[in-house]
Amino acid sequence: MKISITTPVTRDKARSLKAGDIVEITGVIYTARDAAHKRMLENLDKGIPLPVDLTDNTIYFAGPAPAKPGEAIGSVGPTTSYRMDAYSPRTIELGLTCMIGKGARNKAVTDAMKKYGAVYIGAVGGAGALISECVKSCEVVAYEDLGSEAIHRLEVEAFPGIVIIDSEGNNLYETEPPKYAEK
Amino acid sequence: MREVNVSKITDCIKRLCIDANCSLNDDIYFSLKNSLEGEKSPIGRDILNQIIKNADLARKKCKPICQDTGMAVIFIEIGQDVHITGGSLTDAVNEGVRQGYKDGFLRKSVVGDPLIRVNTGDNTPAVIHYNITEGDKIKIDVAPKGFGSENMSKIYMLKPSDGIEGVKNSVIDCIKKAGPNPCPPMVVGVGIGGNFEKCACLAKKALLRPVGSSSDIPYIADMERELLVRANKLGIGPQGLGGSTTVLGINIEAFATHIAGLPVAVNISCHVTRHRSAVI
Repeated sequence: MKISITTPVTRDKARSLKAGDIVEITGVIYTARDAAHKRMLENLDKGIPLPVDLTDNTIYFAGPAPAKPGEAIGSVGPTTSYRMDAYSPRTIELGLTCMIGKGARNKAVTDAMKKYGAVYIGAVGGAGALISECVKSCEVVAYEDLGSEAIHRLEVEAFPGIVIIDSEGNNLYETEPPKYAEK
Repeated sequence: MREVNVSKITDCIKRLCIDANCSLNDDIYFSLKNSLEGEKSPIGRDILNQIIKNADLARKKCKPICQDTGMAVIFIEIGQDVHITGGSLTDAVNEGVRQGYKDGFLRKSVVGDPLIRVNTGDNTPAVIHYNITEGDKIKIDVAPKGFGSENMSKIYMLKPSDGIEGVKNSVIDCIKKAGPNPCPPMVVGVGIGGNFEKCACLAKKALLRPVGSSSDIPYIADMERELLVRANKLGIGPQGLGGSTTVLGINIEAFATHIAGLPVAVNISCHVTRHRSAVI
């Protein structure tokens, strides 16, 4: 059964989602990847406020391809999330409740997810053309000079995902592969 | 001497960049379709179906299969009887990349300096490998490579005493450590022999060979088959969420090496392993 999620995602809502849940996300989400995370947090240290309030917000680790004329966005699949492990514990502390990406996360991230209540949702890596069909609008809201790495505000409808790591630390990457491993 | 104007090379590379990024090669496409039948995980089958649907959509709409349209890796074999006219060959290659990535609405993913990290805005420079061969033709392979999988690649400087078991264990170790990160099902290119940089180039070149093809060297072909079976018993599965489709193909290239060494490079690639070639 698919669970519909409408953003913003509250801490309580994030805590209610369990590893293995198949979800469809509708609402506003923001893209940010390596360079945007680095700049956001370095700026914050200098006293410059975040360009987007992270409270109950969703960050999609992604950098879209350019839109063709008449399209909302180009292909936009997830990027590998571990590169954001250096930043995610802090963004979660700042209010982030939902991350969308692909690939493993480290213990510091899962500890922060447990402590504050956040969820990590996997999208299918390499399915960027298909995922772009769920994006209804896209605008750059910060760091335009970073090109694809700028922060984009996306309105999505029924964006497909699967809860990979939940706020209790259950992790499909740890539980599922051993079921299919053969000697 | 046969003369070839650089503008022909620019046009050719532009076209290959767009084709490679928007239209998945048949070998990978049919390998994905074939893997559906053997996939034991229901989630794994669902993911494989999404991946196939994505490739169909990308081809239909001439849209990038994956938003990471990569760094453009270009192999150029130039016949020694060709005279290139009209300007710099390297400039012509980069111009082809520039035009392809702009006109094809492909993502510009290259920063000009690895530490200062400012995007060059046109996906240049490309990584270009030149080779001189016999004849009067120019063969061009364009292989855009995303970095989700590139980051999971490794070089193992083994000892001769590690032997074939050492080589096999290195390949499996690399796939295991990559886990869910490189967008499995993966395609794996392996280079054995040469020296530090030669084995890495061999591994990259191995990825140009179609999935399902075998090495001409019988014992290497046996190793390819054995490693594919072993890799698919790891359980990693599509997207690392468990299953029996972890690797679509393992291609190995070998070269002479030094009496003291046994270098092995493992270049991990994803289910959007791309390349296109042309001869001028």
